[in-house]
Amino acid sequence: MPDGASQLTTPADFAFAGYLARLADSHLVLGHRLSEWCGHGPVLEEDLALTNLALDCLGHATVLLRLLGQADGTGRDEDQLAYFREAVEFRNVLLVEQPNGDFARTIARVFLFAAYALPLYEQLQRSTDAALAAAATKFHPELRYHLRHAARWMLILGDGTDESHRRLQEAIDAWWPYTGELFALWPDDPALIERGLIPHPDRVRAAWEATITEVLGQARLARPVAGMHMLLGGPIGRHTETLGYLLAEMQIVARSFPGASW
Amino acid sequence: MTDPAADPVLQAFEARLAKGEKAEPKDRLPERYRRQLVRMMSQHAHSEIVGMLPEANWITRAPSLRRKIGLLAKVQDEAGHGLYLYSAAETLGVPRDELIDQLLTGKAKYSNIFNYPTLTWADIGMIGWLVDGAAIINQSMLAKCSYGPYVRAMIRICKEESFHMRQGYEMVTALARGTPAQQAMAQEALNRWWPPTLMMFGPPEEQSTNSEELVRWKVKLKSNDELRQTFVDQTVVQAQVLGLRIPDPDLRYDEDTKHWTIGPIDWQEFFAVIGGNGPCNRDRLRARREAHEDGAWVRAAAAAHAAKNPQVNA
Ligand SMILES: [Fe+2]
Ligand SMILES: [Fe+2]
Repeated sequence: MPDGASQLTTPADFAFAGYLARLADSHLVLGHRLSEWCGHGPVLEEDLALTNLALDCLGHATVLLRLLGQADGTGRDEDQLAYFREAVEFRNVLLVEQPNGDFARTIARVFLFAAYALPLYEQLQRSTDAALAAAATKFHPELRYHLRHAARWMLILGDGTDESHRRLQEAIDAWWPYTGELFALWPDDPALIERGLIPHPDRVRAAWEATITEVLGQARLARPVAGMHMLLGGPIGRHTETLGYLLAEMQIVARSFPGASW
Repeated sequence: MTDPAADPVLQAFEARLAKGEKAEPKDRLPERYRRQLVRMMSQHAHSEIVGMLPEANWITRAPSLRRKIGLLAKVQDEAGHGLYLYSAAETLGVPRDELIDQLLTGKAKYSNIFNYPTLTWADIGMIGWLVDGAAIINQSMLAKCSYGPYVRAMIRICKEESFHMRQGYEMVTALARGTPAQQAMAQEALNRWWPPTLMMFGPPEEQSTNSEELVRWKVKLKSNDELRQTFVDQTVVQAQVLGLRIPDPDLRYDEDTKHWTIGPIDWQEFFAVIGGNGPCNRDRLRARREAHEDGAWVRAAAAAHAAKNPQVNA
């Protein structure tokens, strides 16, 4: 039996399930991207550190996917959800599915995402959904480490050499159009906020802005111009093409052996 | 061979070893001993690092989240082993950069087994079960060798290798008890991994150049064939439990010696792979070189930042 499967289902809460999928899939896809670095890091210590980040993300995804399988009323376990959904059923933000690029891109993405996830999970600790609140409490210290690790590299690369500074600035510029989606308010969200399940994104954004301003300043990086067009779609299943390839790779073995347990 | 009586350093060193004491970095060590240990420990470190590649190859395709996490953590452990071993080798005065340079320029060797490809998910189970299993047998011996820092690194590493082996065996168990397609995948992987795993212990001593000195200095406490026999006896029984067939028509149990005897090993293949002509030698070195070259600007940035901010590192 696949572990984590539960036959007990509660009435489906599709709006909340959609939100859990946004969280779960974002951690899953980011964890998958980070795991691609394993064995190829720029220095052994950082190979270990990137793998730690990947492990945390995949751990978070496992917990959240289990909650999702309950909330959507299907009782699917984390593997059925991770390995047997199509790209259009994934709800991750677009930021995390993009290919890693160089180390500057990788670090800048972890930074931008952790700066959002840390205040988000801080607030989710007070969710009226007890299971999500408990998960948020567990994730919070790990996300603090992610932010600290990424911010430290932001300073090193921003300050290090002309090349590292240039690469990091390019990375921030490249990721910027994906940051608006982190704080978008989707049609189902106001009701979830009303029920105390999730925080209003503006409250998360304020903390994100403060972190971004501080770290970009310390790293002497220019903040991209305000009013840039933001790319939206991941949380409603409108992804970029790259996700299909990521999932093709991730799901190939699981789908090639019908009925198998691993 | 140097006459110990004519060399006071060697004489004192061998007298200490005879009393069962360990050699430590601060001791005056014979130059040959130092060189042999740097060679062995750095080869061992390189094996941990290059060994990450065939397994990392399947992280993105692992068939369940639990397996993906387990494999990531395992490959990460191997990176940690590489780190301890480079540090242990550095106690003999050779910096990590120099050792890594020897790997990347092809001057240093690493375990031959990692020059074979991982072609299916079952290979990941086989590596844990067979390759980590073989490594433990060798490393348990090294954990009793004469050089203190190597001993301490080995004791720490062996615990994790045992966990890797159990995890690998458990993965193969799931396949062997799984669907017919999973069982076939496991058997096919065993067929490929069995011969090169037997070669991991090296050729019989009469064909090996370094052995006599290593035995005398208590670096090598058992012969390659003895170590291989331990592995065969242990693994044949495990394969039987799983219902997998060891791919060796000559395999039989010897009632007199109470050991399993195996058919001939293709040492020609072994020497071809050592000579750079295994299926993946070029790929492995290229992957390590690319990671090193792509990371050069990152290391340069870290060094420049540290130089500008000496207080942070104080
Ligand atoms: Fe290892
Ligand atoms: Fe291992």
